[in-house]
Parts: sequence; C-alpha cells; structure tokens
Amino acid sequence: MSWQPILDGLGKAAELILSGDREVIELTSRSLQTAGYATVMAGLVGLPLGVLIAMRQFRGKRFVKTLFNALVGVPTVTLGLFLYSLLSRSGPLGFLDLLYTVPGIAIGEAILILPIVVSFVASAIEAKDVQLRDLVRTLGASELETSLAVVREASSGVSLALISSFNRAFAELGIATMIGANIRGLTRVLTTAIALETAKGELGLSFALSFILLAVVLSLNFLVSFLQEGRLRLIVREV
Amino acid sequence: MKQRTMVIIAAFVLVAGIGAGWYLTRPAQKESLIVSTTSSLYETGFLDFLKTQFEKRYSQYNVSFISQGTGLAIQTAKNGDADMVLVHDPAQEKAFLADGYGVNRVIVAYNFYIMVGPVADPAEVTGLGPVDALRKIAAEGPKGNAVWVSRGDNSGTHSKEKALWKLAGLNLTVLKAQKIEGTNTPWYLEAGSTMTATLQLANQKDAYTLTDVASFLKNSKSGNIQLVKVVDSGKDTLNVYSAIVCNPAKNTRGRYEASMALIRYIASDEGQALFRDYGIAEYGSALFKPWITTLKSNSDPTLIQWVKDYAYIDGSDCPTQYRLSPGDLYG
Repeated sequence: MSWQPILDGLGKAAELILSGDREVIELTSRSLQTAGYATVMAGLVGLPLGVLIAMRQFRGKRFVKTLFNALVGVPTVTLGLFLYSLLSRSGPLGFLDLLYTVPGIAIGEAILILPIVVSFVASAIEAKDVQLRDLVRTLGASELETSLAVVREASSGVSLALISSFNRAFAELGIATMIGANIRGLTRVLTTAIALETAKGELGLSFALSFILLAVVLSLNFLVSFLQEGRLRLIVREV
Repeated sequence: MKQRTMVIIAAFVLVAGIGAGWYLTRPAQKESLIVSTTSSLYETGFLDFLKTQFEKRYSQYNVSFISQGTGLAIQTAKNGDADMVLVHDPAQEKAFLADGYGVNRVIVAYNFYIMVGPVADPAEVTGLGPVDALRKIAAEGPKGNAVWVSRGDNSGTHSKEKALWKLAGLNLTVLKAQKIEGTNTPWYLEAGSTMTATLQLANQKDAYTLTDVASFLKNSKSGNIQLVKVVDSGKDTLNVYSAIVCNPAKNTRGRYEASMALIRYIASDEGQALFRDYGIAEYGSALFKPWITTLKSNSDPTLIQWVKDYAYIDGSDCPTQYRLSPGDLYG
C-alpha cells in the first residue's frame, strides 16, 4: 500500500487548519451543529427515560432494557432509509420539509443515538448501590429529588452516555447521506465530504478531512475529561 | 455548588451562542431550488460551475444539485423532493413525461460514451465498433482474457450499456452468471456506483468498461486511472443530456418559476457557452458539447440527425402536450 495518500493527507490537513480554509471550517461547524443538537435532543428525552427504566420496577423491564441495548447497534443506513421515506414529500411527514436540511439530519441523528443515552444512563444508575437510593428516599426526598440525587451520583456514567452519543452522531455517515444528500453549502458535513472526495478519487483530501475529524473528536473528548477531573477533585476536596 | 452553577450557566451560554451563530449565518432569504442529476455531470465539477454562474445572474436563487445517478434522480423528482432533473436517459425521460411528472423537456448538451480498457488490451478490441467489441469481450470473458465492469445502478450510462448489449444480441442474465474458466469468479462485474468509482474499480481489475468522455478525461488527468480508450465514439455511443422541469400539477414544492428560470438560462447563449468552454483549459477539449448552439449553427448535420434520432420524442425535444407555458423556450 502506498503511504503517499496518507502523508499527503497529513500535510493537507495541517495546511487546511493553519490557513483557516473557509470550506473546512464550514464543514466542521456543520458537523458540530448536527451532532450537538442531536445530543441535546437525545439527552433531553433519553436521560429521564433512562432514569425511569433504571429506577422503576415494571413488567417487561428486562425486555425494554435489552431492546435499547440492541438498538444501540442499528445500522445508520437502514435508519436513514426509513427516515427518508417518512420525510420525503411523498411520505407522511413530508409537510415538515425536513428533507435535505440540517435540522432533519439532527433529528435523524438524535433518534440514532437515543438508545445509547438510555442504555448507558440506565446501566450507570443501576450500578449505583440500591442502598443509596433508599437512603436518599428515607431522608425525605420526593420522587424527583431522589432521581436528581441518583443522577448526580451517577454523573460520570451520564457524561459517558452523552459524550459517547455525541461521538457517534459526529462520526456517522448513513443518516447524513440519506437525509442530507451531501449538498454543498447546505447539508455537507465532514463525513459525507470524506465519502465524496474518496468517490472522486481525491484521496489526499479525504485523508486530510479524516484527520481533522479525528482531531476534533479527540480534542472535545479530552476537554470534557479534563473538566470532569476538575469537578471530581473539587468534590474530593470538599469531602 | 457555585462551581457547578457556573458550569451550567456556561453550558447554556454556549448552546445559546451556537444557536444564535447558526441562525445568523444561515443562507440568506434566497429561494432554494433543488435539481436532482446524473452523477457524471456532477463529478466533473461542471454543476458547481453552472451553479456559480447562474447565481451570479440570478442572485435570488440558491441552487442545490443532488447528484444521485439518473435512476434515483428521477425517483426523487417523482417523490416530489426535487424541482427539476438533469439526466441522460431518453427512455426514462419519455416515461417521466408520459406519466405526468415532467414538463418542458429541453435537450441541453451531448458528448459521447467510449469504451476503455487496460493498456495491454488482452481481448484485442481496439479499433472495433462498440457492438463488435462487446461481442468479442463476451467471447473472451469466460476464457479469462477480459473482465467487464458495469455501472449496475440504473444510471443513464447503465441504460446505454444495456442497450448496447441488446444491440449485440447478447443476453445479460446469461453473461452475468458466467464464471471465468477454472474459477468461481464472474467476468462481468457490477460496481453499483458512480462513474468515477466504477472507473477506479475497472482500473484496479484491469477491466473494460463503458464511460462518458468527460469522466474519463477527468480521471485520466488526475492520475486516478491508467485505462486507455479502446473503442471510439459513434452513432451508437451518443450521450445526450436533457433538463426537465417537474410538473407543478404533481409537485407541491412550488418552484416552477425558479425551475423555468434555470432551464431558460441553460438553454440561453450564456448557458450554452458554459458547456462549450468547460474543460478546455484543463483537458484540451470541452467535456460537453452545447446542443442548442450546435443545432442552431447546423455545423454537423450528420451528428444533429443522430441526436434527433436518439433523443427526440415524437419529432422534438418535448411533444406539445408536455409543454407548459414555455414562452420562447422552444424557439
């Protein structure tokens, strides 16, 4: 295998970042937007859902948990195809005009990562000792206060859920392709641009964009972990 | 506690900031036009060029070209998700009009398909006509002397390929099932992808394939492929691009006026000049030929007759029953 395209890619990536190439900034910002909004939406729905599933006893609980665990691995193209038929003008939700738009991609990605949020949150909470929950309850906390306390104790698990889902949304291709159609200036994101440049045979540029994508994901993850560490140290000191 | 409050506030500010930034930088209040197209026009970069020029002239429009391959492009238009199509398959175009989905079809450009293959030319088809070449490849394939790569994706190019096999009197179902002698691999491969990806596959496998001249020139120049032309262009390998506006009676997007503006532009002298000039600087010859200019100048009557025979429907670009307030679009 020739190392040339990869080396080309490293060089080009550095060049694109240092020169502040407008199109690369646009692609990165759009990827961040879709993944960011998707994570917020999935978090708002998934966090309470995960807490509920973890803390309540109900018939079919094991089935529901298994179902969400399985849905974590749903193929993005399949979900993308399904959503495409829903959102197309000839489909039931066509009037929403979400096809070929950034909000459309964000919603699709939110649906994709929702199982991740629910699964991880539920596991994180269940890992916390049951006695903790009972303790908080006996101290007179309401249902809501109990849930909030448990979430706070399981905060590292919750952050893991959110960060993992963001990573998944940021780096996914199937939904951005199916719902966004990779339209330049409108819905093109880093992953779809990489696929296009590869299809066009521009391997150097593909690698460059891939390195940029990895760099963004790594920086964000490191940033979050530093912030978390800071908070942990604070809690330890208080104790 | 204070630390945490600050973090939460910071998070809100960040989200609000991103939201505001997004809102402020969204594309200005332009009318958005969606054109679904074949992949060959797109991958050569021509459509980006057309978009820039058109939007310079008509700044109230924002054109989005979605390159999907002819089959899917037409389906997208039927679904009502596009306002116009730019494709190169007269048979599918005719059905599109007849089923009431399209109006005001205009033939805008043409070039030729060529067959390309490995430099060594193991099947010895150089210089043959397309039909003879296919027959030779079909004979040499099972012997292990030729591999053929097909688009396999219902694109305009794929349709042309199928038509040529039919002209050669060969049955594709039979050919596809054949294996190379002594192996379990077929000699007829289907890429299921765009022209560039198909060319790259053919390059990798030292295979023969049908391609439009523009894609071939572009990929050769960039060094993506080392294939060479083996069968030249002629009447049977004509490639004709047409634009069709989606029928407002069936299409609820409501961009009929914008689509008509674009189609008029492409048909105008300025639009036709774009076809005439694109690629000359880089490749030495234009990638596409402007049809309307050629027709008006009558510079090559034989060629003009070929195009009419191949791509006209009932004697013209667009039979009158499929025209909708065309104005002077048809001269």
